[in-house]
Amino acid sequence: MRNARPETGGFFQRQRNWHPPAFAPGYKSTVVRSPQRAPVSFGNTLSEITGPVFGRAMLGELDNDLTLNYARPGESAIGPRIIVYGQVLDERARPVPNVLVEFWQANAGGRYRHKKDGYLAPLDPNFGGCGRTITDEDGNYSFLTIQPGAYPWPNGINDWRPAHIHFAIFGHGFVQRLITQMYFEGDPMIWQCPIVRTIPDKRAIETLIAALDMEATVPMDARAYKFDIVLRGRRSTMFENKLEGN
Amino acid sequence: MAQSLTRLKETPSQTAGPYVHIGLTPNICEISGVYPEDLGTRMVDDKTKGERITVKMRIFDGTGSVIKDALIEIWQADADGLYNSPSEPRGKADPNFTGWGRQASDVETGVFTFETIKPGRVPFPDGRPQAPHISLWIVARGINLGLQTRMCFADEEKANAEDPVLSRLEHQSRIATLVAPRDGDTYTFDIHLQGEKETVFFDV
Ligand SMILES: [Fe+3]
Repeated sequence: MRNARPETGGFFQRQRNWHPPAFAPGYKSTVVRSPQRAPVSFGNTLSEITGPVFGRAMLGELDNDLTLNYARPGESAIGPRIIVYGQVLDERARPVPNVLVEFWQANAGGRYRHKKDGYLAPLDPNFGGCGRTITDEDGNYSFLTIQPGAYPWPNGINDWRPAHIHFAIFGHGFVQRLITQMYFEGDPMIWQCPIVRTIPDKRAIETLIAALDMEATVPMDARAYKFDIVLRGRRSTMFENKLEGN
Repeated sequence: MAQSLTRLKETPSQTAGPYVHIGLTPNICEISGVYPEDLGTRMVDDKTKGERITVKMRIFDGTGSVIKDALIEIWQADADGLYNSPSEPRGKADPNFTGWGRQASDVETGVFTFETIKPGRVPFPDGRPQAPHISLWIVARGINLGLQTRMCFADEEKANAEDPVLSRLEHQSRIATLVAPRDGDTYTFDIHLQGEKETVFFDV
């Protein structure tokens, strides 16, 4: 481990206005699912500061290859092959090593392998849609997949989700837990999406758009998209108000 | 202008959506063969120390309907009040207890079932003991930022009465929303997203 001693300080206050508000009526499902009372704040205790960690031993060889992890032997998922990579950092711009990153997505036609998804686009028999990996000592992760398709969803009568990959990220404390979605550079569908538009600040939305990276692209194989993720930062120790870096 | 503090902003949250189970519990939605089992389904084994309990949870929306497409993760101390985490500074927790669980609800009933143990007490930063509690993180379609709350135990009346978190709630009548009643070895925790009985959620 890079850090000899794990950090045990409390997390910085979450900037809740950078996140989408609970009640965002343009996304209709929030109307009956958003708490109406203000959340109660208190400083972090050990219950918030600690969190589970996962060893690499639990990873299967194909966990970070969605083109193959559900495919029949000798076959692979249909769609444009892409590498998604990036770094998990905290708000102090420090890498977050050894944390589990999970992802899921629709297939190239925009269809999820799920009973409740009735979209006309066909299932791909070789595509399941889930994967996971653990960040390395420098907070880096990467996986191979196919570019998901856009899909329509029941909200307005003609609302579409831009192509996206869902991410769930662990930090080192339970209150760093984050779920978000990654979008693709240049996609005109991003700006019309009611779920994207729950985020009030355009600059915040831009941090969810992965950049096409031709240098990381593997020639004749897969284009690369870079998606960095920032988790909450923390003070270095719990019981003292030491200055950061001490 | 002053010098930059070179802080980054947290990546904004987006809803887990209706298909969160594809990513986090694929085996329960018929995506088998990718992972040998869903992560977080087993918290205890034969050797885990402590009192075995079952916790049943349900989530109700503002219309009073049970939500059936959510996912809950829980995090708790072991029987001695230690967390199985590298960030636990006080000692080593029970190696036979993960402390972390993840469940989807039953598709028919909306009930989440966690097989776990009753946690020990964990100190508040000022040293006062907190009541035994389980931390929750709730995500679903229509929830834009994962909801954080705690479950306490109804048969821990004395500990609950002196708990530093519960006692600082401005509206003491809302404590009841965080306390799960016990019936045999089973605690039942109903979470209400809105309305009269809205659960206390935390910004921690
Ligand atoms: Fe989606």
